[in-house]
Amino acid sequence: MDRTVITVVGKDTVGIIARVCTYLAENKINILDISQTIVQGYFNMMMIVDTRMMEKDFGQMAEELHGLGEEIGVEIRSQREEIFDKMHRI
Amino acid sequence: MINLFEVVETNEMITRENLDVRTITLGISLLDCIDSDLKRLKDKIYGKIYDAARDLVRTGDEIAGEFGIPIVNKRISVTPIALVGGAACKSVGDFASLAETLDEVARQVGVNFIGGYSALISKGMTAADELLIRSIPLALSRTERVCSSVNLGSTRTGINMDGVRLMGEIIRQTAEYTREQDSLGCAKLVVFCNAPDDNPFMAGAFHGVTEAERIINVGVSGPGVVKNAVSKVHGENFEVLCETIKKTAFKVTRVGQLVAQEASRRLGVPFGIVDLSLAPTPAIGDSVADILCEMGLEYAGAPGSTAALALLNDQVKKGGVMASSYVGGLSGAFIPVSEDQGMIDAVEAGALSLEKLEAMTCVCSVGLDMIAIPGKTSPSTISGIIADEMAIGMVNQKTTAVRVIPVIGKDVGETVEFGGLLGYAPIMQVNAFSCEEFVGRGGRIPAPIHSFKN
Repeated sequence: MDRTVITVVGKDTVGIIARVCTYLAENKINILDISQTIVQGYFNMMMIVDTRMMEKDFGQMAEELHGLGEEIGVEIRSQREEIFDKMHRI
Repeated sequence: MINLFEVVETNEMITRENLDVRTITLGISLLDCIDSDLKRLKDKIYGKIYDAARDLVRTGDEIAGEFGIPIVNKRISVTPIALVGGAACKSVGDFASLAETLDEVARQVGVNFIGGYSALISKGMTAADELLIRSIPLALSRTERVCSSVNLGSTRTGINMDGVRLMGEIIRQTAEYTREQDSLGCAKLVVFCNAPDDNPFMAGAFHGVTEAERIINVGVSGPGVVKNAVSKVHGENFEVLCETIKKTAFKVTRVGQLVAQEASRRLGVPFGIVDLSLAPTPAIGDSVADILCEMGLEYAGAPGSTAALALLNDQVKKGGVMASSYVGGLSGAFIPVSEDQGMIDAVEAGALSLEKLEAMTCVCSVGLDMIAIPGKTSPSTISGIIADEMAIGMVNQKTTAVRVIPVIGKDVGETVEFGGLLGYAPIMQVNAFSCEEFVGRGGRIPAPIHSFKN
């Protein structure tokens, strides 16, 4: 499975999740897990998504999500899940 | 499934604590390029390196983008050129022109350094070895990306003192040839005892003759991550301290292993080793000296520094070895001066001397590294410094190295600026008493006894 971790960090505002999810839906990216907290007004979200059905390549998706983050005023990073798996699981 | 806490921890390491993969180094054998015609030799070398490495930088950047981890350097190491060029090169100029070929192909494929302008003379020197060594000052003054190394001794063979004496002169000459750039050439020249065949780090990387046709070696880093982890266990005992370093080293090395496997798969080149070194950079917080300070020393160099470094080095290896399927290269903590802000501060505060650094090299992973010394230092004194360091490596069965920069025209109290990853350094005091008669003796120091161990 092509699993990617998308993290969104920044100042909380209306519609962050909606806009990110809309992008994901438009690109046939399936959300497997979401967790989110707000610490001192800062929005911190992680999504694990499945990109198997996506037609774009990874680099393009990462760039577009980063651009979307700039529009909203948050930092959006996309990273393949393996880096976290390798580091935190034996 | 991975949770938010774990994701945040990894990303904090990358964004705040300078976690990165320091280098992907592609080792390429040039043995099949050997030719007695210099022009044909150069064409073959250029062609082979270009074909093998043209996708290296792009692939490295792709992996960095997809995993969100910086891969700072993409580099190449080749078979020691003294072996490759011996049949064709009849003069110092011939060898130096091979260095220019290496420089040109490195520029074409976009790597920032190419290592392997090297000779392995731990027991004796062939005519080609000597010619290559004598060409080093010219080669390093004419090139930008070529790195040179010479192996002068090993635990099995002893120390080639003729080589040690010659390298004292060559280092000094290299400093003079590149005096316009503050003797920068010497930053790309290192001498070894027990040089590893699979080291991915410069300036000492070369592709050993026991290696495969092509191989991917990866050097991980992360002093900032270890420093941050150690800062959370102030006041705890050594057991807690060691466990903390070990766990952190494990996490850091797993990233290196992942990147090495990905690079190997995408480039279709076998995976060689992960080098577990804690390699500092001049960036604030990315310092091995700072880790020693977090352990409880006022400055690196204070009494206790050797013990602290020994502990650090061992725990990094213990944590890292389990995280990677193949570990090699230098693997441990580097203690360069100019590339580590904490070391620079320690020198400027008067806490760290050349002699203390020498003691610390008995327990670190390399040796006297990136140390600026007065330009007036005599070749025989440089040879004496090298001989001491080689002896430490030979007797203790470890890799040791010397990369000192006699900065022509500068003296103690002044600083030298190399720029970029190489940083800047205060010129350090050198013991000025003579060792000329000792290093002038010629011949070699026999290998130490290996028996009586059981």
